[in-house]
Amino acid sequence: MSDKVLMKGNEAIAEAAIKAGCRHYFGYPITPQTEIAAYMAKRMPKIGGTFLQAESEIAAINMVYGVAGAGYRVMTSSSSPGISLKLEGISYIAGADLPALIVNVQRGGPGLGGIQPSQSDYYQATKGGGHGDYHLIVYAPASVQEMADYTIKAFEVSDKYRVPAMLLADGTMGQMMEPVSLPDVPVVEVDKPWAVRGTGKARPHNIINSLYLNPETLEKTNFERFERYRLIEENECLYEEYMTEDADVIVVAFGIAARISKNAVVEARKRGLKVGMLRPITLWPFPNKPLRKLADTAKGFVSVELSMGQMIDDVRLATECKRPVSLCNRTGGMIPTPEQVLESIEKMLKEVE
Amino acid sequence: MIVFDKPNALTDTPLHYCPGCTHGIIHRLVAEAMDELDIEGKTVGVAPVGCSVMAYDYFACDMVEAAHGRAPAVATGLKRAMPDNIIFTYQGDGDLASIGMAETVHAATRNENITIIFVNNAIYGMTGGQMAPTSLPGQVTQTSPYGRDVSLCGLPIKVSELLSSLDAPYYIERVAVNNVKNIRNAKKAILKAFRNQVEGKGFSLVEVVSTCPTNWGMTPKQALEWVEEKMIPYYPLGVYKDQGAVSKEEV
Repeated sequence: MSDKVLMKGNEAIAEAAIKAGCRHYFGYPITPQTEIAAYMAKRMPKIGGTFLQAESEIAAINMVYGVAGAGYRVMTSSSSPGISLKLEGISYIAGADLPALIVNVQRGGPGLGGIQPSQSDYYQATKGGGHGDYHLIVYAPASVQEMADYTIKAFEVSDKYRVPAMLLADGTMGQMMEPVSLPDVPVVEVDKPWAVRGTGKARPHNIINSLYLNPETLEKTNFERFERYRLIEENECLYEEYMTEDADVIVVAFGIAARISKNAVVEARKRGLKVGMLRPITLWPFPNKPLRKLADTAKGFVSVELSMGQMIDDVRLATECKRPVSLCNRTGGMIPTPEQVLESIEKMLKEVE
Repeated sequence: MIVFDKPNALTDTPLHYCPGCTHGIIHRLVAEAMDELDIEGKTVGVAPVGCSVMAYDYFACDMVEAAHGRAPAVATGLKRAMPDNIIFTYQGDGDLASIGMAETVHAATRNENITIIFVNNAIYGMTGGQMAPTSLPGQVTQTSPYGRDVSLCGLPIKVSELLSSLDAPYYIERVAVNNVKNIRNAKKAILKAFRNQVEGKGFSLVEVVSTCPTNWGMTPKQALEWVEEKMIPYYPLGVYKDQGAVSKEEV
């Protein structure tokens, strides 16, 4: 166990990426994640890595595509409007089966929106976002420690399955400071025989590509990719259950919303109400199985989100609409209070009793 | 005795280009440069979106297919990760001078140590002959059926002139491949653009004035004549920037 240091969430991501062996960072300034770029700008030159402030988000993600094609760990970070710009490149990265990490420290939207925290890019992160048949592995950390831990995890899982990963945080998670432990972990190097590092005239050329003019080939490629997605759903789904065993109402929340909701659950239990929480840690793959199971024992669900209600669709699908699901939300950069969550819980309890 | 052969840096895949299109010549010149510098084994090429999208099948080195216009950014990533490898992009006018102008200008101003082969045939070929940023005033295309109206569409972008106004880029030259003399010059320029990178000099771009007989609605011969009569007067050939030449004079 290494000593704990006080860090901002954004800085924890950057330092964890370096610990994970990432030596290439490309980004473009945007609030509230610019600390990641600033940290990388300081650190990368000292360790022989690349920090490059690109001319745009579009250029940054395509630089990521290049490094990923060469088989090196690489990342970019941005916030909501910037991620929209990166989606073209993300789709190409997914289509070319390249590992990479994209960090989205979300702010309110749509459009230029605001700079306050939000979770309204849930659809964009979990349903593809860019064009075509693809998924990202999406991690939703709920503490500064998790910002670091799931950054490292994201690199590993991304390499293992050749699928780009996204760390989906928000302005609160990025800006808040908490003690974090960043032990030196051994970097597991994955063999990447597909990488373009020059043939050395010793093998046929490798091609990093997402173009298949023959529809049969493209279909086959997509089938093969979705077979890997199936394995990811089977092996990589992460979630936390809190006091769910006897719960009549289950709160479903991720990231900062889960931190707030936990307070509400604790308060509800103090009042003798049977309430629990399921916190998805991976948003894709979504914890469908545990939620479906909880639908057998619980009577109702409350989806707590910093959006107009996006994850709630997945909660309804996972529970097969067997139980009522309500939405407790704020949006546009506003954050629900534990009291608001508690009110929603009580309302749901009344509804199901 | 073999007097003429296919360059090693080209694969055996038959080219898909239209009859009379000069992409084949330019591919050959790029491959010859790789052969002569013996760099095929450490080269990674970046193909664009456009007629040369499938260049990744034709060059024997490792290849990456980039999104439309993004090749210089992809090449930047590759070069930063592998400074000892040779990285080139092969791009058309729509790719480089329209949708990818930002990536082009910024790679140039960073003096990114990469080589760009920019094929200017004044039209979008792959999609069936639409107006390009390099289409000549009055040029008839599918999307300028009455001729390029400069009052509505502005005037063509002269990429070599534009980029050479930047302080940073190392070498920019415009060549053509419409006759033997010009092909010889083009070969020298392309070889130099790769050699510059081997020597760590920086951003080297060769603009190659090319043909598109299919979408120009001409025979191959007429297309070559059109290059001489219309294209080259608008896009004068020559060296637009050579930081090496400047320092030689100073010496």
